[in-house]
Amino acid sequence: MIADFDYQFFIEVLVGGLLSGVMYSLVAIGFVLIYKTSGVLNFAQGAMLLFAALTFVSLVERGVPFALALVATFAIMVVISIAIERTVLRPLTNKPPITLFMATLGLSYIIEGAAQLIWGTQVHGLDLGIEDVPLEIGGVLISQFDIFAAVVAAGMVVVLSLFFRYTRIGLAFRAVADDQFAALAVGLRLPLIWATVWAAAGLVALVAGLLWGARLGVQFSLSLVVLKALPVLVLGGFDSILGAIAGGLLIGASEKLAEVYIGDYFGGGIESWFAYVVALVFLLIRPSGLFGQKLVERV
Amino acid sequence: MPLPSYALGAMEASVYAPEVFARGLPSVLQPAQLSEGDAGAAGSTANATAPLLSLQGIALSFGGVVALADIDLSVRSGEIRAIIGPNGAGKSSLINVISGVYRPDRGQVRLAGVGYTQVPTQRLAHLGVARTFQNLALFKGLSVLDNVASGLAYKVRSNFAGQVLGIGRSRGERRDALSRSAQILEFLDLAAVRDRLAGTLPYGLQKRVELARALVAEPRLLLLDEPMAGMTASEKSEMADFVRAARDRFATTVVLIEHDVGVVMGLSDRIAVLDYGRKIADGTPEEVRNDQRVIDAYLGIASDNEALSCDEGRAGI
Amino acid sequence: MAAIAADFSAPVLPKWIAPVLLLAFAYGVVPLIGSSYLFEAILLPFLALGLAGVGLNILTGYAGQVSLGSAAFMAAGAFAAYNFNLRVEGLPLIGSIVLAGIVAASIGIVFGLPSLRLKGFYLAVSTLAAQFFVQWALTKFSWFSNNSASGVIDAPRLSIGGFALDGAVGRYLFALTIVSILTFLAYRLVSSQTGRNFIAIRDNETAARIIGIPVLKTKLLAFAISSFIIGVAGVIWAFAYLRTVEPDGFDLDRSFQILFIIIIGGLASIGGAFFGAALIVVFPLALSRLGGFLLGDVFDSGVLDMSQRIVLGALIILFLILEPDGLVALWDRVRRRLLFAWQST
Repeated sequence: MIADFDYQFFIEVLVGGLLSGVMYSLVAIGFVLIYKTSGVLNFAQGAMLLFAALTFVSLVERGVPFALALVATFAIMVVISIAIERTVLRPLTNKPPITLFMATLGLSYIIEGAAQLIWGTQVHGLDLGIEDVPLEIGGVLISQFDIFAAVVAAGMVVVLSLFFRYTRIGLAFRAVADDQFAALAVGLRLPLIWATVWAAAGLVALVAGLLWGARLGVQFSLSLVVLKALPVLVLGGFDSILGAIAGGLLIGASEKLAEVYIGDYFGGGIESWFAYVVALVFLLIRPSGLFGQKLVERV
Repeated sequence: MPLPSYALGAMEASVYAPEVFARGLPSVLQPAQLSEGDAGAAGSTANATAPLLSLQGIALSFGGVVALADIDLSVRSGEIRAIIGPNGAGKSSLINVISGVYRPDRGQVRLAGVGYTQVPTQRLAHLGVARTFQNLALFKGLSVLDNVASGLAYKVRSNFAGQVLGIGRSRGERRDALSRSAQILEFLDLAAVRDRLAGTLPYGLQKRVELARALVAEPRLLLLDEPMAGMTASEKSEMADFVRAARDRFATTVVLIEHDVGVVMGLSDRIAVLDYGRKIADGTPEEVRNDQRVIDAYLGIASDNEALSCDEGRAGI
Repeated sequence: MAAIAADFSAPVLPKWIAPVLLLAFAYGVVPLIGSSYLFEAILLPFLALGLAGVGLNILTGYAGQVSLGSAAFMAAGAFAAYNFNLRVEGLPLIGSIVLAGIVAASIGIVFGLPSLRLKGFYLAVSTLAAQFFVQWALTKFSWFSNNSASGVIDAPRLSIGGFALDGAVGRYLFALTIVSILTFLAYRLVSSQTGRNFIAIRDNETAARIIGIPVLKTKLLAFAISSFIIGVAGVIWAFAYLRTVEPDGFDLDRSFQILFIIIIGGLASIGGAFFGAALIVVFPLALSRLGGFLLGDVFDSGVLDMSQRIVLGALIILFLILEPDGLVALWDRVRRRLLFAWQST
């Protein structure tokens, strides 16, 4: 049995899993940005992603040049993000985190409804101009699109880290994430920071929306990718970008491996819940998560 | 203080861990000036009667920040024992160790002769220990009376089915709990607010309700974590009277943590002084008052420290 | 939370009067005057969803454990009752329902286990595991649906103690009876010591543990009781309301719907669940009439669907901002005003 084991196939599956994990991380990072600064688990991230992709595709279909459509969509996302911050979250200042979560749940309904009311419900194809011909690297076949997505994701993480490390507003972000009291005490303007972070989350939604849209087609079910990001967040911690990446890779890989190697025993289709079970089992063994996020309440 | 944050959950770490801010305190408080063996002021007297509570070599640190270093402490039955110290001295950590919320890295907590490395929190009430919290920990959605009655929940033996159907011992338990709670409310002068929701009371009263909830179980050992923090001078002296009266009436041993040195001096039988996680003095109020190290490390800067304690130490950043 | 209102000692009638009058009306009058549309499209879904809301409110509103997997427990209840009824010879319907509730409760305990370690969002997300797993299992293993295509099950004939409850009115009375009994028991529960322990754990878990409330046991109990009630609500949904259900009918949107019911109706309020359910059931019907009236043909089913989502989402946010204690608190205020006005004349 062991001798029959096809290592090359195993590696192909593993690499494919890791790369699709990058796609999960991409969505998860949008959550982390907002959670870190304001303690909100923004369920509407998926709806934002759908809205961004749908807007972009619809603009391109109406003859707007690619680059212009990109800029326009980004601008729209920024406006929407800031509007959300102003109209939904600010009135809920000081409410328990779970109330805010429910508000973002309501928000996701509004955005999903609006996106389809404006742009229609038909499925749009999205071509980013990448030929999906598998590349052969060291005898292993890897999807070219997956590599592209991974590179984009890596690029975005680098840009975000640079932004947070070297710009004033980025430093302020980190201060707020560390300690809101302290940040307030030294006179940081939280509303500006929150608006910026929401805009950044809008950008992440756009990038993730385009990549996911190119893969799945731009349609309603796109907003369901949040459900793929949530177990990643449970695993990596809601407040860690590094956790989102590592969690995404881990879940992507284990999901694909499970699907290929043990899926048959379950009659297939296990990907709807497998990621959650991985996250839960992991937390059972290591309650503090991948990078020791605080699950423990202090007195 | 209204905080412009969306969600308080994100801030828990900073709110509840004053230890972190210790680094920012003035250099006069640096522990370097302490020499070994200074901490034994109480050692000679503690053996007179067997202590109800004793700590032996307790050490605790949070990711490299030392909260408690080699703390010994003994508490005699029936005394009011204060633990004082500047912000970040480790007082709250100590009470969290005693109540089992934190597990110390080293050392042992002895309760009524039984040693624990970590006190079992869920059995605390059965062991006759009750506590209050520095940050109000009432059940906001319950009435004052029900909050106090919840202090007796550990005794409840009826199950949910019996309670729903109103059969078995559930009725008697409820009647008993309510009458005892009503007595405590009377005792602490809270009877007028018994049907209010706890979350709607002013701060000072909420603190007193917490005391009531802890007292209703008539604990052998009562741990009070800054029971007077944020109170006015008159509220403080009122609270001090209640603590003393509670000890006299229920023969409860009291360990309390406090910032306000003045109140503590008048209330306590013995005082331990912590600074930077170490015990720098221990003795009667008189002894502590005259201890040079305490004067240097704490009382000498009392005015600064008061300023700190007013805004929960955050001015020190 | 609704109890805040109790602080103002305005004149109030004894608490039991309103429910008793309501029940008398529901049993005595409604069956005589109701149209079959009223039963089929409004009252039956209202009763099922209201009961599910009561179940979720015990877990989320009272015990503070947010669950996003309610539909899974409805599904578990519905399919369990179907199978008990099908496979156990001679088991009365009521037996199948109780056993189905117990099955749902057991599944609730299993998926409630993470609550012993996880809090807040981590727990909320982990309850999604229940949602996806149960839905998957019911679709995947055709045994659950007696090998029917795509997991569809048909409800058996309803009868209690030899009385056949056919037709819309019969099914309405069947649902009304079960819902009334369970709601009464739920009300007793939340005002018992166990109910107060739920609230204590919700409001401050550490303090609850320190004063000796058995936190882990109590949390699992909340999951079990909540799942039992939601499971029975699932049986009503499947047997009395739709009559034919498939696992896909118990999807994530249904779970959110139940969550919305308790937010809109009022967290930690038994009555609130029914206020919320009434709004959730009636508002799409009203919206579709209104839309058709105002916009005519433009307002097709697609547009209706989308505008429903938007309005529902907006309602949630508005309630969270303006009336966090829900419709039940709103109703309390209105009632007090009316009573006060009435007394002062």
